[in-house]
Parts: sequence; structure tokens; C-alpha cells
Amino acid sequence: MTPEEIRATIARVLGEIAPEVDLSTLAPGADMRSALDIDSVDFLNFVLGLHAALGIDIPEADYPKLATLEGATAYLMARGRGGLPPTS
Amino acid sequence: MPSLGADMEAGRIVEWNVKPGDVVRRGDIVVLVETDKGIVEVEIFENGVLEKILVEPGAKVPCGTLLATLKEAGAPAISAAPSPPPAPPPPTPAVAAAPSPPAPAVATVPPPARGVRASPLARRLAARLGVDLAKVRGTGESNAITRTDVLHAAHGAGVAGAPPPTPAALPPPPPAAGARSAAMRRAIAAAMARSKREIPHYYLGTTIDLRPLTTWLAEENARRPVTARLLPAALFLRAVALAAREVPEMNGFWVDDRFQAADGVHLGVGIALRQEGLVAPAIHDVDRKKVDEVMRDMLDLVKRVRAGTVRSSELSDATLTVTNLGDQGVETVYGVIYPPQVALVGFGRIVERPWAVDGAVGVHPAVACTLAADHRASDGHRGGRFLAAVDRLLQHPEAL
Repeated sequence: MTPEEIRATIARVLGEIAPEVDLSTLAPGADMRSALDIDSVDFLNFVLGLHAALGIDIPEADYPKLATLEGATAYLMARGRGGLPPTS
Repeated sequence: MPSLGADMEAGRIVEWNVKPGDVVRRGDIVVLVETDKGIVEVEIFENGVLEKILVEPGAKVPCGTLLATLKEAGAPAISAAPSPPPAPPPPTPAVAAAPSPPAPAVATVPPPARGVRASPLARRLAARLGVDLAKVRGTGESNAITRTDVLHAAHGAGVAGAPPPTPAALPPPPPAAGARSAAMRRAIAAAMARSKREIPHYYLGTTIDLRPLTTWLAEENARRPVTARLLPAALFLRAVALAAREVPEMNGFWVDDRFQAADGVHLGVGIALRQEGLVAPAIHDVDRKKVDEVMRDMLDLVKRVRAGTVRSSELSDATLTVTNLGDQGVETVYGVIYPPQVALVGFGRIVERPWAVDGAVGVHPAVACTLAADHRASDGHRGGRFLAAVDRLLQHPEAL
């Protein structure tokens, strides 16, 4: 998958969790939980949505790597290629 | 029109899912209703055949209004509302209650969205809500636009900026997001003012050691695939539900100057809406479900609240509410009871605390659990028993 495809997937999954948020205003380095007012249940739904779309099982210990748009993109790129094992 | 909570006075029909002659079964979603808290999927409480629809889409009618008549299959017509409203007032003529559609200066009809994949229901709903399908992102099969996508579009963005629907035949669009926020604010104000006016609250709190729970959860989640992982909140709900069975005075309603214990434990879960306000829809029978099932229900419920599709039974029948404000960083919740319920349980943030065990101090994760309860229905002694039960149950997470 290209970074663009990964970003589009992240945006689609975020859109399901926070339909009222304009994602174009989200800075790539901003903490999504606080910027989008995402609680722990929403965040797990986000991880589940990524899992369903990309088939990547994200261990709980890696959740902090998904905190920002750019962090999540980099992490999912690396995991998606199968190049990196989960860090836990 | 069912009353979906103490703070609902009226609702607007968005869409009927059934037509006269259709066979309906208890639990079927028969009609979408727009309330101050968003669009609700209303379930029917009887089996039968839909005879006649009395309130058309677009009409806003007070709670208790007869929406449709139902007959038993092969029997003479009986009259039935989609849910049993308490002592319904005489039906209000639908026509009288329907506000007249706005007359746009120029009749601009949205052009038919070509090359857009959408279900027939999604297309009808989009037309009713004035949503331009060409601007909606589909999340269904092959990116088809689903009913939920249309509701998102109508809900999230508001439809104030959308072109008006065909002037004559279609109902007016729902109020814009700003108006809905104001309406929700008023609805919450009414319910909370009633609570503080009528309910003599008493408050209790305790700090619960969560070391067993967090240790068990970390091991359990490391073993589980992402689709089966648990959050502490699911265990909190289970513990509250089991404690409510032990101390039934916390679980039920204050109606007609007396406490009525509820049969099941349906836990209302406080969910803050990002735009404005909150809802507390119920997860049913938490005392009888496994924790995995409660977890799945919670994820699904929050997802549907975000999408603006909650079911009527979830909004109307919580027997006890739990609010978890830990994600906001607060340590302690001082709850306001949602009438006619008689108690609200609050959980704060999980924090590390110095904790003395057997004369030695260690650092343990802990949570402040609070109870706001109705003094008409119970006394502090029973409230204390209830919180002690929650604490005791949380010390054995594997048994939840």
C-alpha cells in the first residue's frame, strides 16, 4: 500500500468514529485523541477499523504509535509490508 | 410517538421502514424519528400487520401521539403505537402538527446524482433530508452509500447549506446543527433541573484498588486478538450490574411516589456528543452477559451514537446510569441522577496511588468510584453496601 492509500484508510476509519470532525484541519503531528476528542472506546473502534481494513493486528503496547496521523501512517506502512514485527 | 427518555417532548418522523400491509415483528425497526438527541431507530413492540400510517415523514408530533395502527395477522384491526407510551393523550392530527415546508425563492432541486452507488433507502432518505449524494462518501460494499452515510452527512454537517428538497411534496429539512444543539441543551436543562428539583441526592465515594484488574487485563489483552480486547470500562459495567443485583434499591425507577425495582439491569452509558450535549443509551441485561459481550455491545453502541443511529429501546429503558469521565482526566465524578432512575455511578481516571498493604506502601493503580443516589429510594447504608460490592467484585476481574 502507498502512504496515500494508508492515509485515505485512516481518514475513512476516523470519519466513522468522528463524522462531525473536519479532518482537513487535523495537523499530521497533532495528538488525534485530544484534537478530535476521541475517548478510549472510540480509539479501540479506530484500531478495530484499521484492523478490518488492513488486516493488521495491532498489539495494545503499540497503541501510542498511532497517536498522530504521521505516526500512524508510518507505523501501518511498516507493519503492512511485514517488514517490522510488533514491538511488544 | 414513544418517549425516549424523560427529557423528550416531541419527535419528527424521518422515514417509515414499513408500509401498510407489511408484517412486523416485535423488535423490528419500523420508523426513524428525529429527536433533539439525533435520529433514533424506533422498534415495534408487537407482532402484527401494519394497517395504516397516521403520521407522515416530516411531521413533528408530541410524545404519545398515535403514529400508526396495527392489526393482528388475519384479525380485525387493533390500534397500536410502535411502543407502549404511558397513557397516551388523544392522537394529534398529523397534518396540523406538520410545519409547512419553507418556500424557497428559487426552486432548486438537487440534480440526480449520477454514477453514485446508493441503496434505494439511502436515496429516499437523502431526498428527504436534502442531502446531495454526490457529496457523500460511501462506506458500504464497493463504496456504495448506505443509509448511515446519509445520516452522517445530514447529521455531521447539518443540512443548512444543502439545496432545499423539491418544494411542494417533501417535508422540511430537519433543523440545522445549531438549532439542534440549542434544542438538546434545553432538553438536558429540563431533565437535570427536574432531577435537582425533585430528587434528594446523597453522595458516596470510595477509592478502589485496581492492581488485580489492570494486571489481569494486561495479560489477557496481550493474549487476545484486537477484536477481542477489553477495556476497564467493560469490567466496571459488569461489576456495577452485579452489585445492582445485590442491592436492588439502586436499580429501577421512582414513579408515583414509590420506588419500583427493575426486572433486568440495563445500564445507561453516558456518552458525550462532540458537538453538543450527551446521551445515555442502555446496554441491556449487563448482569446476565459475559464481559466480552458487554464489551462488544459498548463498542457497537458508541459507534452507532457517533453515526447518529441509536435504537428507541436503548434510549428509553436504562435502569441505572454509569458515567466514566476518566478519559477527560477527572478523578472524581459527582453525578446528577437521570430521572426517573434512582442512582448514577461515576468512575474517574485510573491513577497510580501510594497504597498500603500489610503495613507496607506500594504504588497501585486505583479509581475513584462514586454513587449519587435518590434518598427517597434508599439510604446511605445501602448505598455503602452497593459501593462495597462494586469494590469486592473488581478485585476478581477473572470472575467478571
